[in-house]
Amino acid sequence: MSECPVCGADVELTSDAVVGELLSCEDCGTELEILNLDPVEIGEAPSAEEDWGQ
Amino acid sequence: MIRVSIVGASGYTGGDLLRILLFHPEVEIQQVTSERHAGKMVSNLHPNLRKITKLKFVSIDELDPCDVLFLGLPHGHMMNRLEQFEALADTLIDLSADFRISDPAAYETWYGKPHTCPDRLKDFVYGIPELHREEMKGAKRISGAGCNATATILALHPLYQAGVVESSVVEVKAGSSQGGNAVSEGSHHPERSGAVRSYKPTAHRHLGEIQQSLGASNIHFSATSIEMVRGILATSHVFLNKDLEEKDIWKIYRSAYGDEPFIRIVKERSGIHRYPEPKLLAGSNYCDIGFERDPHSNRLVVISAIDNLMKGAAGQAVQAFNISKGFDETTGLQFPGLHPA
Repeated sequence: MSECPVCGADVELTSDAVVGELLSCEDCGTELEILNLDPVEIGEAPSAEEDWGQ
Repeated sequence: MIRVSIVGASGYTGGDLLRILLFHPEVEIQQVTSERHAGKMVSNLHPNLRKITKLKFVSIDELDPCDVLFLGLPHGHMMNRLEQFEALADTLIDLSADFRISDPAAYETWYGKPHTCPDRLKDFVYGIPELHREEMKGAKRISGAGCNATATILALHPLYQAGVVESSVVEVKAGSSQGGNAVSEGSHHPERSGAVRSYKPTAHRHLGEIQQSLGASNIHFSATSIEMVRGILATSHVFLNKDLEEKDIWKIYRSAYGDEPFIRIVKERSGIHRYPEPKLLAGSNYCDIGFERDPHSNRLVVISAIDNLMKGAAGQAVQAFNISKGFDETTGLQFPGLHPA
């Protein structure tokens, strides 16, 4: 079990999780990336920003 | 089966009550009233109910005793006929504003005249289940909450409860069905179509129940009618008295609403539906709430959306009815809305 770095929700990893795997937070929908497994470290997956500024 | 009659059923809220309750497994609709349309088929006024019901409107004076009366009369009528309705049904669920404010002086402040039965105001449970669920269980008198008030209160209550608010300013964008089905010069198509109309920059009546529910006066409210039939989008600018991170705000909302069946926290990093949108909620009983912390000030922007006729009126009233009678509170209210709509 780990914590979403954006909203703090519990994030559960499967037993066969691997570094670099992408997953989504069930609460805030943020796409996350597994950075380390021992200890578990999860970060936001890089993504392209949309421009909503018009 | 619970025998239900609906008073004032020709309006939009009455139509949605019928749409829900005709499919409610524990309810039998006994009678529906309309003074103006007595004798007409319900489907004349609510064409979406064609081939679903053969009910005709009757006059209030023709009402028979029943178990539950839902009352959708214009404001000011219910309080003048309370005894008449109490003689007809064990349980009254009023969707007007007559019993929303528990303090008689506050009622007069917001509605501009004295209440005609002030000693009865405290008999009614205020109709937002997320705040008053325990009081609703077994309740015989329930007052539906205002639609703008519901969108605002649900957005802000967790923050006021957590004691993190310095002050807040709420701007509501409202759809035209909020004005009911009576025509006016302002609703004439050339006047209304395309309008973005500030119709109540200050002193909106719903502010009375908002302040009552939040237990605070440091809240300000404006309303604008826009080109939309159903729906409310409330944008609340909350000035925080603490330096909170977004993760802290998430925890406050998750703690308040994590188990609520009709509240969803909507705050996504990507996609076109990143924050609450009333369009997606049309016909549903959900209240979607999102937020964003301003990184350059102590402002937190909270966005909430509902269907004003559902979570803001009929849907929430049925949710309260379900709770008061011991049914699963989602009964009859599972419609998730349409996409695209």
